[in-house]
Amino acid sequence: MNNFRKKLPGTPYFFWSVLFIIIPLCMVFYYGLTDKSGAFTLENIIAIATREHSKALWLSLLLSLIATVICLLLSYPLAMILCSRKGGQHSVIVFIFILPMWMNFLLRTLAWQTLLEKTGVINSILSFLHLPALNIINTPQAIVLGMVYNFLPFMVLPIYNALAKIDENVINAARDLGANPAQVFFKVTLPLTVPGIISGITMVFIPALTTFVISNLLGGSKVLLIGNVVEQEFTQASNWHLGSGLSIVLMLFILLNMIVSAIFDKDGEGSVL
Amino acid sequence: MNKKLIDLQHITKSFDGQMILDDLNLYIRENEFLTLLGPSGCGKTTTLRILGGFETPDQGHVIFDDQDITKLPPNKRQLNTVFQKYALFTHMTIAENIAFGLKIKNKSKSYINDKIAYALKLVNLEGYGSRMPDSLSGGQQQRIAIARAIVNEPKVLLLDEPLGALDLKLRQDMQYELIRLKNELGITFIYVTHDQEEALTMSDTIVVMNQGYIQQIGSPEKIYNEPENAFVADFIGDSNIIGGTMIEDKLVEILSARFPCVDTGFGTNRPVDVVIRPEDVILSSPANGRLTGTVTHLIFKGVHYEMEVTTPDGYEWLVHSTGMYPVGTQVGIDVDPFNIQIMHKPASEDEEAVKIDE
Amino acid sequence: MIKTAAKKFYVFLIFLFLYAPIATLIVLSFNASKTRAKWGGFTTRWYVSLFRNDAIMNALLNTLTIALIASLTATVIGTIACIAIINMKKKSRAIWMGITNIPMLNADIVTGISLMLLFLSLGLKFGYGTILLSHITFCIPYVILSVMPRMKQFNTSTYEAALDLGAGPVYSFFKVVLPDILPGVLSGFLMAFTMSLDDFIITHFTKGAGVDTLSTKIYTEVKKGIKPEMYALSTLIFVTVLILLLLINKAPADKKQKA
Repeated sequence: MNNFRKKLPGTPYFFWSVLFIIIPLCMVFYYGLTDKSGAFTLENIIAIATREHSKALWLSLLLSLIATVICLLLSYPLAMILCSRKGGQHSVIVFIFILPMWMNFLLRTLAWQTLLEKTGVINSILSFLHLPALNIINTPQAIVLGMVYNFLPFMVLPIYNALAKIDENVINAARDLGANPAQVFFKVTLPLTVPGIISGITMVFIPALTTFVISNLLGGSKVLLIGNVVEQEFTQASNWHLGSGLSIVLMLFILLNMIVSAIFDKDGEGSVL
Repeated sequence: MNKKLIDLQHITKSFDGQMILDDLNLYIRENEFLTLLGPSGCGKTTTLRILGGFETPDQGHVIFDDQDITKLPPNKRQLNTVFQKYALFTHMTIAENIAFGLKIKNKSKSYINDKIAYALKLVNLEGYGSRMPDSLSGGQQQRIAIARAIVNEPKVLLLDEPLGALDLKLRQDMQYELIRLKNELGITFIYVTHDQEEALTMSDTIVVMNQGYIQQIGSPEKIYNEPENAFVADFIGDSNIIGGTMIEDKLVEILSARFPCVDTGFGTNRPVDVVIRPEDVILSSPANGRLTGTVTHLIFKGVHYEMEVTTPDGYEWLVHSTGMYPVGTQVGIDVDPFNIQIMHKPASEDEEAVKIDE
Repeated sequence: MIKTAAKKFYVFLIFLFLYAPIATLIVLSFNASKTRAKWGGFTTRWYVSLFRNDAIMNALLNTLTIALIASLTATVIGTIACIAIINMKKKSRAIWMGITNIPMLNADIVTGISLMLLFLSLGLKFGYGTILLSHITFCIPYVILSVMPRMKQFNTSTYEAALDLGAGPVYSFFKVVLPDILPGVLSGFLMAFTMSLDDFIITHFTKGAGVDTLSTKIYTEVKKGIKPEMYALSTLIFVTVLILLLLINKAPADKKQKA
């Protein structure tokens, strides 16, 4: 009786997650592994190997990897600088990175068009400074920029949290035992923030890999990513079977990422929140 | 006497305009077990951090082995620290924790392995090398923190309230362990604590600090038996600190009763503070005492009874005695002359002994 | 000295990068020219015409009500679920936290199409309701992940003490447990609200014809050109939120200083 009462509060969530998380995922697999007549087939998955699809997938992987690396390289020093500031500023820092989300994500990304255009703000400034113009609008570079812009906070926050958690005396202990600043960083600080880094990579890589909006808005219609292919199969071609099949391929990458993060972050310490 | 190993000269340090240490002068001899004792905020930890190299003093010099190391970073100093709450590297095994300093000094593998085995044996944790710090109890983690520091063969070990997070029994065990370690290693220990009992048990020398000033330096016996001012008397053990008048040499008046004592040189009819330890108060029948009072509280403490005796003028005496007097009993109070410690009254308001905040 | 200056400059550059598009949008909201490309002089007329644009006002209303209902529902379901999860054995707890993580870790596009397939096969009419169900689904994990750490810190004996003193489980929850985990609940709610408000991808797949949130409305406008009223509206939302959050942030800071 007691046991039952303890579990009772979980019931709504239990039903909710079965109905809206697990069953829908099963349906993606069902559609992905059948054809229009309902017969089992691997064709929708093998379809990733066609020239058009594999090109989109490779480009997506390349761009999202580049964006993830750039985010990591930008975020780590930033998080360290923010962390070295004294006082309980945690909420302020979270606030600064969450605030942009209150301006619509599509509008913010579109604003980059205005900034990047041939006669846009950035080029006006560059020509004023007599610097060569930046012509990256409607190119893969612009897409990478859009990815970095949109997902940077998801890299900064987990790394910042991981850094903030490190006891100052642990760093002092390393110095005390003879480590110079570089040794302190590589032997103590960096290993202790691995959960944050892994969590950050997940939070940037997955949405970047699967985006179709950023490529639509900043890549013109010239650049096709795997996300665009899937989206078109669902909204324009209405070929749910093929769209689902390609989604399963995407989920393989997501699963791979989850396994990697589970290995590095056993206690689920790295978190944005 | 051993030679001076460390000399702190005119150390001044303030944070955000608040003075933490004001012209502190202190030397530490080789092989000494020196304890910095005081309430929180007295500057003891800052002193230790200046020694470790984690803070730079605003003014003054730190001389170590005749060398000025004031501006030397921590990684270049021949001292090691055992931190409050251990500060172990949670991403490394115990063995890797202990090997940390040695690997940085590029010691050979066999040397490192020998040292790990030696250190684990020294702290009675043989066979724990491959465990992770999280799987150890607080006391065990503390020993690893000590082992991690001493394998580097420092000339001085700095200990920052290392037993603060442990429970009473464990703390007592670790006190003996630390004394044993110090004797085996033959190095200097500088120990920071706010626990006066810990300080009395382990130290060769105690430095009592308050509000950035050194109040008294001396052996545990000296600090306990002959506190130099009311702060030290109050901080070290329980005491009755009573305002009195020095009538003449070797005679003091307390609460309008005259007590013979052994102190001289205070002048005649001068106001003084009188310190009497609770275990030095002798209770007897009212007729045999110099003062009479009523027992107002009684607690059994195991080794002795703790009583509160209120004299007619309202002063509450703290008394430790093996004899038991029930609440309400009229008793006489007496004190042996050599157990009465006379102290100068603070000359100004400014010098007034400060309240202890813990 | 040079080092700190370099650090400050670096932080400044990153913030410039983050906020430059926002500044751009705010500037555009005062642009008299209807096209993005050209500055046609200063005007505030978009702020006036905005309130007469029914399509935008409708989308705004949908966005706000969906975000509010979805995040509130998610907060209730999520917080209650936390109580159950914390009482579970280690293994089932891990399974449930894993399930909770699926919408967080999975790509939005996959979550979107999976829900779309579900609603199709259930024969639901795509519209306000399907958007709401989807939003609740992806909001719950944010609540659980921010309440859970608080719940773990919570000392169960406090709850047991309340029971011991004669309070019922529900009363004890509201009087003892909830106040303690409240910061987590609130931040979970805010997080969920923000995510719902900013979502485009999942809404894109689960909305029906005729129903629009601001996101989907903007997306359909991209090809034709964004209406300047949109810039005015997002500027208003941004400034409102900024002021609100500044006020919230200032309040506890004052308290801290007094303490």
